Amino acid sequence: MIGTFIQIANALSFSALLFIVASGFTLIFGLLRVVNLAHGSLYLIGGYMGMVVTTATGSFLLGFAAAALSIAVLGYGLDRWLLSRVSDVELNQVLLTLGVAMILNDLALVVWGGDARSIPVPDMLRGAVRMGVFFYPKYRMLVIVAGVVIFAALWFVYNRTKLGALIRAGVDDREMVQAMGINIRRLFVLTFMLGSALAGVAGMLGGAFLTLYPGADAEILVYALAIVIIGGRGSLAGAAIGSLLVGFLANFGQIWLPELSYFIIFGPMALLLAFRPLGLFGRA
Amino acid sequence: MNQSRAFRWGLLVVAAVFLLAVPHVFGEYPQTLATEILIYGLFAMSIDILAGYAGRTSLGHGAIFGAAGYVTAYCVVTLGSDPWMAMLLGVLASVVVAAIFGALAVRTSGVYFLLLTLALGMVVWGVTYRWTSVTGAENGLRGVARPDVLTDLDTYYYFVLAVVAAMVAIIYRFVHSPFGQALQGIKESESRMRTLGYNVPLMLAVGFTLSGLFAGVAGVLIVFLNNFVSPNSVSLALSTQGLLMAILGGVGTLWGSFIGSAVIILLQNVVSFYTERWMTILGLLFVLTMLFAPEGLLGKGRALSRRWLKKSSPES
Amino acid sequence: MNRRHFLRTAGSAGAVVLVSGNLRAALAATTGPIRIGFLAPLTGTAASAGRELVDGWNLYWKLNGQEIAGRKIEVIVEDDASSPDTALQKARRLVQQQKVHMLVGDVLANTGLAVAEYVKTTGTPYFMPVVAADDLTQRTRIPNVLRVAGFAASQMTRPLADWCLKQGYKRVVTIGQDYSFGHEQAGGFIQNFTQGGGKLVGQLWHPLNTADFSPYLGQIPSFNPDVVLAIETGADAARLLKQWSNFALKDQYPLVTSQNTTDQSIIRNLQPAEALGIVSSAHYAEGADNPAVQKFVDAYEKAYKMLPAIFAAEGYTAGLWIADAIKQVKGDVEQTDKFLSAIKKINIPESPLGKDLHMDEYGNPIYNIYIRKVVQRKDGKLVNAVIDSYPNVSQFGKLSPEAYLKQPPFSRDFQGVAK
Repeated sequence: MIGTFIQIANALSFSALLFIVASGFTLIFGLLRVVNLAHGSLYLIGGYMGMVVTTATGSFLLGFAAAALSIAVLGYGLDRWLLSRVSDVELNQVLLTLGVAMILNDLALVVWGGDARSIPVPDMLRGAVRMGVFFYPKYRMLVIVAGVVIFAALWFVYNRTKLGALIRAGVDDREMVQAMGINIRRLFVLTFMLGSALAGVAGMLGGAFLTLYPGADAEILVYALAIVIIGGRGSLAGAAIGSLLVGFLANFGQIWLPELSYFIIFGPMALLLAFRPLGLFGRA
Repeated sequence: MNQSRAFRWGLLVVAAVFLLAVPHVFGEYPQTLATEILIYGLFAMSIDILAGYAGRTSLGHGAIFGAAGYVTAYCVVTLGSDPWMAMLLGVLASVVVAAIFGALAVRTSGVYFLLLTLALGMVVWGVTYRWTSVTGAENGLRGVARPDVLTDLDTYYYFVLAVVAAMVAIIYRFVHSPFGQALQGIKESESRMRTLGYNVPLMLAVGFTLSGLFAGVAGVLIVFLNNFVSPNSVSLALSTQGLLMAILGGVGTLWGSFIGSAVIILLQNVVSFYTERWMTILGLLFVLTMLFAPEGLLGKGRALSRRWLKKSSPES
Repeated sequence: MNRRHFLRTAGSAGAVVLVSGNLRAALAATTGPIRIGFLAPLTGTAASAGRELVDGWNLYWKLNGQEIAGRKIEVIVEDDASSPDTALQKARRLVQQQKVHMLVGDVLANTGLAVAEYVKTTGTPYFMPVVAADDLTQRTRIPNVLRVAGFAASQMTRPLADWCLKQGYKRVVTIGQDYSFGHEQAGGFIQNFTQGGGKLVGQLWHPLNTADFSPYLGQIPSFNPDVVLAIETGADAARLLKQWSNFALKDQYPLVTSQNTTDQSIIRNLQPAEALGIVSSAHYAEGADNPAVQKFVDAYEKAYKMLPAIFAAEGYTAGLWIADAIKQVKGDVEQTDKFLSAIKKINIPESPLGKDLHMDEYGNPIYNIYIRKVVQRKDGKLVNAVIDSYPNVSQFGKLSPEAYLKQPPFSRDFQGVAK
């Protein structure tokens, strides 16, 4: 009984992490219509940056800030100097981000090497909390809390602020927003930075219990893709529900169907794309 | 127009002579490279058929290419069948896989098509990785020997050249056929084709399956060159590389695929003398192509030559 | 000078040039450089291991000079990108274009297998310091493919089982990566363990790159084991150890692991609490109290600012082994049979992998295997120290080669459980 509870908590902590990555991805996909295949690299580099700052300053919080800021800046650069220069043909932008991902990953290998690195966790978050016969790691509880807090913050911004309203309008009808005189370019840049920062923060959070290594970027990207397809582009609720679905599928799928572990994610994703590409909450 | 026609035929003759002379002029290693360039050029061309003529960019062709290789390898190594039979079965497998992919993908386009083919490709990759008894998991299948008459590398090169040339001829005829032109119509305006009464999904499905056939032929050829197959042969990285070759050469140009293939394979070989950063260079190639030459080298070349021809004509 | 004199001088000068040209060509065969093609994954999933393999190898030549028997040693390093296709491509280039006299390296089993298949046709000597696929020196061995400073997967974990029995452990649960290397390593342990009266009470296999081990860790208590065996590499190893500690299993069950799980490349990135006290078996321990080992460790630390992992030690020892063999044939590596024979018959008295290194008849070294435990050095770094050792462990364990080769290769289905 407790065993199952532990598994559920694990699935939840994984889902929470996935949500943070996917929310950034879906915002960018929703508004800019760009499938940013470099999103995974942003996660990884954000994690490495956070690791560097945390190790140097001893402050976990500073690490978070560093991760968010550095990746927001990286996102800005990506958008301003690369994405905006490519013709507004979606496909070209996607392939561009693919090239960027390759470059970023290789550079990360050069700078941080191939070892699996982790982020030092503050003492108060180390260790486990006793639950009957089992122990549950404190850090994973933090991850769940972080996921919930970020969801709440994003939901607030998305649904209760002008910025959020503009983004939602832009997701629905870009031309209309432009026609209303809003500087859509600036909105794009802001959203891209926000989405990227979320990836960076996720990298910092994930780095402490999943470790950072070459390949982690591709793995997390795959999950983000699946979640955004399932949830629908531009939808926060979709990202949340998609993360829960994917997180639980990944976790329980590993126990029940280890042989099918690689398609437990891609199978449903492929089927959804074939028959309901808009996902749960997406709009055309 | 006659001038450019003559120019093109001239180029073709020169290329043919060069290709035929390769085993006599070059050593063993460059010859192996040339064989690879031809095979991957065909692979890239199969992607170009869809991208350039039906307007559908696929990231799943690696899986089709590799599936053909796996079936061929399995037949030769595990079942001990005749290698020629294995080749046929391999190509058949690629057609089946492509038909399935195609049937699922016809209703999507653009980015969704890309993601769907990516996901389907990953499903195939997952199968090769986990179905240990059949695929050998991450170790793959080894010892795939060529048919006796093709064991010699020179002979195999000519065989590959002949097969690729035949495929190119078929693709050329196909693309200029009414069906091929209708596919092009889909790329230009899908809604128009629908109004004109064309069964767009069916045509796309057929087009996808056909393009899969050519990818499968390439997949069979590579497995006999390398004598083994592994999950790498169905990987996303392979699909990406094939796509880049097609784009680099010029989407929709068909010949461009061979230029793209040659550039990437030769670059890969040269670059590793100087640096380990091949991935960065490949990524840069992608980025620069998308930024400055999305129509590819051949496309850029044509545009430039058109401009040059215009300038040199007295009426400008 | 007059014309006749000129012609005569020119003629004789030409003759000298012609003769010395021929001589030079003849001499070049045995006085030109010895070219070694070194393959390693410098990018891709095994990049960390590949980098250390190359660094260890390069360190040997840096410290010992690159000339033997009057010939220069030329090393050409190529990245196999952790991919068998690339490994094959590079091997082809090294052999056909760069005309190397031998190939060395590779890390992942599938890359090693691809290259081995290729050199079967060319006869080029291929030495593997890391690739551990059992059958390459067993049922499907190739005469010119030898494990120099490397080991067969199932070989390395056998003494660990003997040690566990010595501690009184009777029930073992294994958790490992679900692929051939994992199966072979587990099989070796289980064969020795069950032959000695132990019982295998459960096996948990997980796919490579498992992020979350909790579904597996959660099942361990239900088996009621005396000891848990973990077979991991790379990021999976780091994560398993972290999660083993996070879920407080570290205080509940003794953990023994394969050589890669607690390798220096993993523990150097962990917190002491996560790694201290874990026992493993290997032919290398960076904390071993052996002068040759310590000399190597210090030199490596000085050169690369970190302690050497197993791959570094294997790379270095491969250099040592090959250099000694070249010395023995007096630089005449063109005589492939003699050279291969030297590699097989040679005995290396001292090395970072221990004393008295030599191969068995099948091309795999016989080792004195340490039982290691993770401890903290005075300077705070985590290392593997030696707590016990088992001499002369061959790839066949306690069986004779003939009896061993009769049984099927280790796999998911055959784990060596004694009847």
